[in-house]
Amino acid sequence: MAEAAESSGDPGTTSPRPLFAGLSDISISQDIPVEGEITIPMRSHIREFDSSTLNESVQNTIMRDLKAVGKKFMHVLYPRKSNTLLRDWDLWGPLILCVTLALMLQRSSIDSEKDGGPQFAEVFVIVWFGAVTITLNSKLLGGNISFFQSLCVLGYCILPLTVAMLVCRLVLLAEPGPINFVVRFFVVIVMFAWSIVASTAFLADSQPPNRKALAIYPVFLFYFVISWMILTFTP
Amino acid sequence: MAAVDDLQFEEFGDEATSAANPGATTIHIEGPSESPAHQPGLSRGSGGEEDDELLGNDDSDKTELLAGQKKSSPFWTFEYYQTFFDVDTYQVFDRIKGSLLPIPGKNFVRLYIRSNPDLYGPFWICATLVFAIAISGNLSNFLIHLGEKTYHYVPEFRKVSIAATIIYAYAWLVPLALWGFLMWRNSKVMNIVSYSFLEIVCVYGYSLFIYIPTAVLWIIPQKAVRWILVMIALGISGSVLAMTFWPAVREDNRRIALATIVTIVFLHTLLSVGCLAYFFDAPEMDHLPTATVAPNQTVAAAK
Repeated sequence: MAEAAESSGDPGTTSPRPLFAGLSDISISQDIPVEGEITIPMRSHIREFDSSTLNESVQNTIMRDLKAVGKKFMHVLYPRKSNTLLRDWDLWGPLILCVTLALMLQRSSIDSEKDGGPQFAEVFVIVWFGAVTITLNSKLLGGNISFFQSLCVLGYCILPLTVAMLVCRLVLLAEPGPINFVVRFFVVIVMFAWSIVASTAFLADSQPPNRKALAIYPVFLFYFVISWMILTFTP
Repeated sequence: MAAVDDLQFEEFGDEATSAANPGATTIHIEGPSESPAHQPGLSRGSGGEEDDELLGNDDSDKTELLAGQKKSSPFWTFEYYQTFFDVDTYQVFDRIKGSLLPIPGKNFVRLYIRSNPDLYGPFWICATLVFAIAISGNLSNFLIHLGEKTYHYVPEFRKVSIAATIIYAYAWLVPLALWGFLMWRNSKVMNIVSYSFLEIVCVYGYSLFIYIPTAVLWIIPQKAVRWILVMIALGISGSVLAMTFWPAVREDNRRIALATIVTIVFLHTLLSVGCLAYFFDAPEMDHLPTATVAPNQTVAAAK
């Protein structure tokens, strides 16, 4: 039972009553229970990050990263204006796509002496240095996107072109001829447009408004060169 | 009471101040577009040379001051390099248009770049040109050798690296040499017009723009068409370069000035003819699998 003595000024002065003065008159009696529960929603989260990622099975770790990469693939295939690629960026997806593309595009060992298609290293260098150059260009023009976010978006938007490469490889197993070429041409053009639309949906907002075309043109050139390499691939 | 008068706004027109305080000096600060001598319309005609000189004189003082104030960050910070990319879309389009339409009397650098040389145009125009030449060359060779039984199509990816080396070396080393030469002559002969290194890089970069549609049109396998295209492109970009650099060497010894202009145009010619010869097979010759074999065969045939 708590009872606080009222602290008041000298009797006789006309000072105003202090705020909450009446509270001190209330005594907490024992028949009004004051109890309850306080739950912190983040608590379970924090506990999870503390120790359990170290103890979880390898499958859990890999599946979590793979699911994140897969989720971003879905965002690229159905591009809407969203922040997912920018917020949780990662470079696993671009690495997987770039290695797949370079493995499929490299020239066979037969015509490595003559002038042929690109080597594995050349494709790799074109993709990564092209993405770095575009990112630097967009930052120099005054864009407010971070370096790795931009690399992440540009890398993930190669996904349609990798799909085009797979389709072209399959089509090339059939007999060669003009129809073969027309089918491949059509597929590559559609996937090229898809890549451009996807990357523009993610990158356009971060550029200053009067320089958008200046920042988007190098992206167009980058995907055009990759499409050209895919279209001219001969086994 | 003075309180009411104190609250009223005072007029600070020229007459008011000079009337109120005869000892005060008034300073007129004009922007570059206000004075009638700076209007570009006056630069045509026979009096154009003198007007160009006046423009060069006043502009060079002002813009050198402005240039000094602009790039104040040290060269190891990111902001320093951002000043070279301080262009808007419409400015880049204007500069490209200016390089495509050389008008006698209008100096490209003075009109479009004087305030603001940029590196965006030169870098991306050169990149586009590299891929345009490599891709058009590949496509043109494919179309020329289309019916031949012995021809096996190869993408010739090695040529991209060669094209990149040639174009970027031309776009950066030739301006460096020209800038060094102009600085050296400037120390001997007092020139009114002088360009900074970045402005020269800018002129060269934007003057290469005409070669992008030219390279695409070079796919047409007709020798006459290709040479007409070379003439047109060389005429346009050569005249842009000549008209830009003529005011800079005009004060010098007549022969040196002419030699400089001739060298600039000659190097430009060398670039375009060299690219045409190396990346594009000649249309009349048959049974030539690769472009590198062609000169050897013609030399062997001529002997």
